[in-house]
Amino acid sequence: METLKPLGQYLAVMLLSPLLPGVINRVKAFFGGRRGRPLLQLYSDLYKLTRKTPVYSRTTTWVFRAGPVIGVSAMLTALAVLPFAGRPSFLAFDGDFIFLIYLLGLARFATVLAALDTGSAFEGIGASREMQFAVFAEPAFFLGLAALARVTGHTSLSAMFGALTEDIWRTAAPVLALLTASFFIVLLAENSRVPADDPDTHLELTMIHEVMALDHSGPDLACILYGAALKFWVFGALIACMVLPRHSGSWFSDSALFLLVMLATAAAVGVVESVIARLRLIKVPYMLITAFAFSALALIFQMGR
Amino acid sequence: MHTFAELIIVFVILMDLALAVTGSLSTCIKLVALQGVVAGVLPLLAGHGAPYVRAALFAAVIVTLKGAVFPWLLMRARDKSGARKDVEPLISYPASIMLCLGAFIASSWMGSRLPLPETEVAWIVPASLATVFTGFLLITTRTKAITQVLGYLVIENGIYIFGLALFVEQPMMVELAILLDVFVAVFVMGIAIFHISREFDHIDTAELSELSDWRRGEYGK
Repeated sequence: METLKPLGQYLAVMLLSPLLPGVINRVKAFFGGRRGRPLLQLYSDLYKLTRKTPVYSRTTTWVFRAGPVIGVSAMLTALAVLPFAGRPSFLAFDGDFIFLIYLLGLARFATVLAALDTGSAFEGIGASREMQFAVFAEPAFFLGLAALARVTGHTSLSAMFGALTEDIWRTAAPVLALLTASFFIVLLAENSRVPADDPDTHLELTMIHEVMALDHSGPDLACILYGAALKFWVFGALIACMVLPRHSGSWFSDSALFLLVMLATAAAVGVVESVIARLRLIKVPYMLITAFAFSALALIFQMGR
Repeated sequence: MHTFAELIIVFVILMDLALAVTGSLSTCIKLVALQGVVAGVLPLLAGHGAPYVRAALFAAVIVTLKGAVFPWLLMRARDKSGARKDVEPLISYPASIMLCLGAFIASSWMGSRLPLPETEVAWIVPASLATVFTGFLLITTRTKAITQVLGYLVIENGIYIFGLALFVEQPMMVELAILLDVFVAVFVMGIAIFHISREFDHIDTAELSELSDWRRGEYGK
């Protein structure tokens, strides 16, 4: 039974992650006074897309076809090192937070290469912007995880969040609060949510992430959409593990609470999207530099203790 | 309770960062006022065993002055000078925030080396030094005369917090004298800014470094 639990958690993540974008959309619709799409819309979209025949442009090469597959498999690997409800994952090893960051980098690299492979000017714009923001988001994320490693004294994600107890929150509350804020900003930017990018926009000139997926169709597009949902889960799980330091010992109640916090995180993203407008493109790096400053401050505080 | 005081210290530092990136003059004034209020409340949380009524009285005076009187005076100066509503920095905002972070790193190093009495609230010395540095940053990298007053107030906030680290409670006379000085200074500077803007049609300090006769090339004629 004990060996089955991590596997069960992994399967649960794979099944549940497309639910979160649905939650965000419902919250946004609620704020807009609409009913919104069904909660399970992404599942039907994915099912529909997998049955379609993909269309490939004659100018594209194998790089274009490999992009979505590499993207989604990098995310699936990332989920294998990610703790679930503060419980260790089955692939945990020392220093796996660096592995996680490189997997995110690999997924981004594959998506950008696939976008550039189409030779379309719009996709080039999207790729350039994606990379530009990643330059600011990655140091913030890396420094944040390094500060967390320093707080807990472990270098594996599972051990880090496993060691995060209420006592640590009591003594190092400022550090952890700063880190949570920093991770939330990085979540918004990395998942192309509103202050950085509008996932619902359909004007190529203003899109960032979506424009890179314009030429993908059928199962490839399904891979990209599913990979985006998994990526949201990765960042959401980091925040949920952070704000949920209590481990009652009961696997069932821990997991239920964790899922509830994940839904709350998605709802929070929906609220943020509803109440603030998208930033001007040149202001987005400022927001990410703020996240970097939060992470750096947290690290300095922890060193100065 | 000390965790709460630490949270306030973190809040003060975050406000330093916010001051470094805020472009709107009125937001800057409000941030400085908020920082002053938060710093004024701090001794109530960090103090212990001291006469409580006196501390509360001080806090009340500081909160009224820094939270209500100064912002009112500065807003008035801003409106009367008819200046543009942004701070017009000489360096970019990301550079400002990086300088602020660097200042914080330097001040935590300095704070660990200064031979000061042990304080129970962590980071109080680094935070005060970083606040003083932010004040200098505001004075040197913003072009308006009004931001120089703001920088002066931020430095005063920093020195006040530094004083907390040393004494927890400062002698009454010293504290009142400092407050009076700051009040007079802000009052005089408010009037001065008004007169400068009336004489020169602007409050840009870069332009004030040259004499008006000299600029027109009439010097020596």
